[in-house]
Amino acid sequence: MSVWNTFIWLIYPYICLTIFVLGHIGRYRYDKFGWTSRSSQMYESRILRWANPMFHFGILAVFMGHVMGLGIPQTWTDAVGISETTYHIMAVSVGAIAGFCTIAGLIGLLYRRRFTKAVLGATTKMDKVMYAMLGLVVVLGLINTVSGVATTYNYREGVSIWFRSIFYFNPQPELMVVAPLSFQLHGIFAILLFALWPFTRLVHVFTAPIGYIFRPYVLYRSRDDHEGSRARRRGWDKVDTIPRRR
Amino acid sequence: MRIMAQMAMVMNLDKCIGCHTCSVTCKQVWTNRSGAEHIWFNNVETRPGQGYPRTYEDQERWKGGWKLDRRGRLKLKAGGRLKNLATIFANPNLPGIKDYYEPWTYDYENLTTAPAQEHMPVARPKSLLTGEDTSITWSSNWDDNLAGSTDNTHNDPILKKIGDQVKFEYEQAFMFYLPRICEHCLNPSCVASCPTGAIYKREEDGIVLVDQDRCRGWRQCVTGCPYKKMYFNRKTGKVEKCTFCYPRIEVGQPTICSETCVGRLRYLGLMFYDADRVLAAASTPDEHDLYEAQRQVFLDPKDPEVLAAARAAEIPEDWIEAAQRSPIWALINTYKVALPLHPEYRTMPMVWYIPPLSPVVDVVTETGEDGESHTNLFNAIASLRIPIDYLAELFTAGDARPVDLILRKLAAMRSYMRDINLGWDTNEAIAQAVGMTGQEMKDMYRLLAIAKYDERYVIPSAHYEDAHKLENVATECSLNVDGGPGMGGMGGMDASFGADPAVGSPSTPSRPEGVRINLLDWDGTGTPKGLFPSSSEQAEKGGSA
Repeated sequence: MSVWNTFIWLIYPYICLTIFVLGHIGRYRYDKFGWTSRSSQMYESRILRWANPMFHFGILAVFMGHVMGLGIPQTWTDAVGISETTYHIMAVSVGAIAGFCTIAGLIGLLYRRRFTKAVLGATTKMDKVMYAMLGLVVVLGLINTVSGVATTYNYREGVSIWFRSIFYFNPQPELMVVAPLSFQLHGIFAILLFALWPFTRLVHVFTAPIGYIFRPYVLYRSRDDHEGSRARRRGWDKVDTIPRRR
Repeated sequence: MRIMAQMAMVMNLDKCIGCHTCSVTCKQVWTNRSGAEHIWFNNVETRPGQGYPRTYEDQERWKGGWKLDRRGRLKLKAGGRLKNLATIFANPNLPGIKDYYEPWTYDYENLTTAPAQEHMPVARPKSLLTGEDTSITWSSNWDDNLAGSTDNTHNDPILKKIGDQVKFEYEQAFMFYLPRICEHCLNPSCVASCPTGAIYKREEDGIVLVDQDRCRGWRQCVTGCPYKKMYFNRKTGKVEKCTFCYPRIEVGQPTICSETCVGRLRYLGLMFYDADRVLAAASTPDEHDLYEAQRQVFLDPKDPEVLAAARAAEIPEDWIEAAQRSPIWALINTYKVALPLHPEYRTMPMVWYIPPLSPVVDVVTETGEDGESHTNLFNAIASLRIPIDYLAELFTAGDARPVDLILRKLAAMRSYMRDINLGWDTNEAIAQAVGMTGQEMKDMYRLLAIAKYDERYVIPSAHYEDAHKLENVATECSLNVDGGPGMGGMGGMDASFGADPAVGSPSTPSRPEGVRINLLDWDGTGTPKGLFPSSSEQAEKGGSA
């Protein structure tokens, strides 16, 4: 296997995943204040009203599809009696709907971001890089899904096994070398997106407020519990006495 | 009974002259930043008027606060938990920046850099959102003093409630100011709306705060708060709100809006309440009963049972004492002249208002009658239904009776005290007509009209000072004890040290309670007397252990 292939399907994923993990830990430790989706709904809500849910629900469906396609081995679905043809038809149809929703939503969001001046003014350079990368990955992904109708390539016998092999620390880069170009490109840019992830507003994904469903409505905190929610680091202890009564 | 303490505020609207000093000083202290232009923790509205942000009181549109569901249970008006999460991507009830106003600045540079020309160069307004030329069409106080009222005031949601036929008359005749801060509610719907749990109510003093490190900018609290006192910072992407100036309150100082209030109309103090009864009170079926229901949640700080509960809950003695002196308790429960703002939102707000009598007095005076006479004022209160109904929509969910009674009390006080000030005979019948005694009239007058600084603000400081109790080292000036040099005159050194029983620690049993070690008379050789436990004491301890 060439140096290039070794790099791109073996070294590069590990570098990017390391950045992804360490980047999030670092950002959470040092930039909790910057950890937000930075909503621009106050500036513009007419387009956002349909585009944003469309994009988000779309991409959540896409994510679930990836969990299915990449995470669950074909042997498992075979075992429960889902034939490859059934699976393929389902994946392509549901995937295509979700993908089109995501793209339509993304187009709406990008339109308002470009043409609503207040929203454009609130857009950072990193936002632009992130949007470009996200758009590229989503488009390439949709091409893969739609072209699934025509091609005979079964990604569950190639890309998926390669993907899982990374996490087993038993990588099989040779599986990606033989994958179609559009799958290769989708993979390359998706991995790059993961490397960018911790440095963009995409971090808000990891603080999705699921706990809201289970917590009491009104929260109380003691004044003493909260002299900054970030734990003080060594050497920065504040002048303090033995814990106070109140 | 689960007793909790709450820092609360009462504003005496009769005294508000609408000068906006509170808003300006608050802005200078807290929100004088880029991204926070539209954020007014404190704002003063002219009523009738749309308020800020525009028409925020129209909860059918903005869906703030709580409502009762069909089974009579309390529910967020914007919807339950799942709906909250489902609308997180696009909140259908979020005010846009235009509902506040588009922040702007002026192109001042042009004044100095413009080339020589026939006309004076001007500083054009520039939008802070787009950087482009803009025309200023609205701001936080655009309808101040009923400015543009023919265009705007008909949008006042309260006027809409009390009916079309009175609108015009009202707009012509009445006006008063309503300063607003965060209500620091007992049942805060912003806290309940926050998906992340970043907003919390402080256990010690009930102040509602946003944890800026945990806020993720989901902006559901902006909808949840019916008073629209949660503000989304457009730069940081986080929500900010009135902090009740907690750093000042913690050291016993009034909030900046209170401190700088020209009319001295704000009162600050503690209220004890039973946290276990809040939910039931907020679920009171009839909106008209909510004012009384909230009053029943408060606990009398002089009641022995309450005192026992407060001590069991480890509320410090000085806090209990402050609660007993609280002007808020006096205004809400003793004189019963303060009312909550929009109790029908069911959040149990804790910034209350004394409704203004002045619109009534003005009308009486304009007719040439004696505006200080209680009979004239009582008649006017009875006949001038419009201002009463308007005030009732603000403070009692539309029930005119409490407002009526309070205005009578204020009118009676005016009349009763006029007799005293003019050296006339006092007329006890005036006080009795509103169910009060002459002495109560005088006491209420003292609190409302004389309004001494230390009677208006009774703020116990937070317990940092316990630090002193924990160790015998001199964390304050060691000369500053009774009879010590710091108190004037050289007292006997040895006698003065350790004379104060307030300092002393049970955690150092080897020293007599309250004794400080005096190193001034230590000659540097050997061990200072009393610094270490003596060997006999140590042996004793060892033996007993």
